[in-house]
Amino acid sequence: MAYSDKLMDHFKHPKNVGTLPKNSKQVGTGLVGAPECGDVMRLQIQVDEAGVIEDAKFKTFGCGSAIASSSLATEWLKGKSLDDAMAIDNMAIVEELALPPVKIHCSVLAEDAIKAAIKDYKAKNAIPA
Amino acid sequence: MGRRIYLDNNATTPCDPRVVDAMVPWFYKHPGNAASRNHPFGWEAEEAVDYAREQIANLLEVDSKEIIFTSGATESDNLALKGVYEMYARKGNHIITVKTEHKAVLDACAKIEKLGGQVTYLDVKEDGLIDLGELEAAITDKTILVSVMWANNETGVIQPMKAIGEICEKHGVLFFSDATQAVGKIPTLPKETGIHLMAFTGHKMYGPKGVGALFVNRKKPRVKVTAQMDGGGHERGMRSGTLNVPGIVGFGKAAEIAKAEMAQDAARLSVLRDKLQAALASQLEEVYINGNEEHRMPHVANISFKHVEGEGLMMMFNQEIAVSSGSACTSASLEPSYVLVALGLGDDLAHSSIRFSLGRFTTEEEIDYTVEQLKTGVNHMRDLSPIWEMYKEGVDLDKVVWAEH
Ligand SMILES: Cc1ncc(COP(=O)(O)O)c(C=O)c1O
Repeated sequence: MAYSDKLMDHFKHPKNVGTLPKNSKQVGTGLVGAPECGDVMRLQIQVDEAGVIEDAKFKTFGCGSAIASSSLATEWLKGKSLDDAMAIDNMAIVEELALPPVKIHCSVLAEDAIKAAIKDYKAKNAIPA
Repeated sequence: MGRRIYLDNNATTPCDPRVVDAMVPWFYKHPGNAASRNHPFGWEAEEAVDYAREQIANLLEVDSKEIIFTSGATESDNLALKGVYEMYARKGNHIITVKTEHKAVLDACAKIEKLGGQVTYLDVKEDGLIDLGELEAAITDKTILVSVMWANNETGVIQPMKAIGEICEKHGVLFFSDATQAVGKIPTLPKETGIHLMAFTGHKMYGPKGVGALFVNRKKPRVKVTAQMDGGGHERGMRSGTLNVPGIVGFGKAAEIAKAEMAQDAARLSVLRDKLQAALASQLEEVYINGNEEHRMPHVANISFKHVEGEGLMMMFNQEIAVSSGSACTSASLEPSYVLVALGLGDDLAHSSIRFSLGRFTTEEEIDYTVEQLKTGVNHMRDLSPIWEMYKEGVDLDKVVWAEH
């Protein structure tokens, strides 16, 4: 199975790897997947006063497609409002990275991680979902 | 194309150039069908097949009449299991095998269960070895066959073959071994071991793909299997079909070379394997060797790098270095290797495993390069791994409630 250049680039040179202070009220954290399933994604967003995502970071345990999907997701999140971020669809990730059908679940996991991070942020700040 | 290092010799070995040279004339210059009895083309082909049969019999120290050619180990496994099940139906319907067997054995057993047979699947201990007491206890008066692989394809773990043979002898049951990963690499002598049927294949011993054999004991006891394909009655009625003459010639040559060079290959490869393993274990944290290290094929190391996913890790270097992983990360299967799970590894460590299988053409320089690439790869993947970070912070990962999908 040959992977797209974009996927390989995100895999070998992932963007926005790291950790944001998870106890900060400005930060929402999504942790999805399980080690037993072979992938765990942690995606974090930092939201400014205007409700715009000013920073996003991730760490992922998983295959190349899972790592590339989360790297791409963090790039897309930066500068988006929470509503726009909520609207990110896994199929857009599939298209951008040309994920093969057996790897679509990696993009689903990335979408789940985005939604989990937003949910966490909203819960912390008492914003109705 | 950059450099390419092949450390996946348990999947298949390259053909030895001497094997290829031996095969070439049999494609064109000597095109005969070994079953053609009325012209020199047929006679030559038959002689070539007989010679190869001798070469293989020599390697195993058996009679050449005890070698049945097939298309590979999958077919030999099927022929042995289903053939014995059918042939010995009057004696019983119970087969004993092991959870870590190759799919060709497990799926043939599943088919036998559908046909009304009974199959016991033995567990293995943490080191991958079976418990001989459990094996003996599983034998009943309905047991006709014990099927235990010689060496495991994923871990290289070698079962106590001789002791198993003695138990089978004591209880008067047949002993079949899928010896695909062992033949030609370590001594595999059925007569000394009490084995009655043994499957193996050309392409795991530097021979060609698409040709294999089943050893079937002819005397004390005389073992028979029911043919699983109907046709011209070749191979003493046990396996019909025109013989793959070039393939068989190559297989024979591979056996001859193996007999002459096995000891030196094994000695050299175990040094390289140990070097690889020691370098990784000493230069990286949280490295686990899977399977018994003492009873193990000399060229195999199955290693888990904790909190790194195997498939992702392989992608770091798979343009240059070919290995395989016990991890599966496809929507078809998120289940990691059943072999590693049977060792009680836990799904997370199973997902983190890499199998290195060295071969006759592996060099020390390739091993040194591989160590460097692996270190870079594992460190990169750990920098990216949230569970490595949690582990380093002292979080008890077993207590985390994961959002499984
Ligand atoms: C233990 C074992 N048995 C059987 C097989 C199947 O061999 P073949 O490819 O010749 O059918 C293999 C190879 O994948 C193997 O490793």
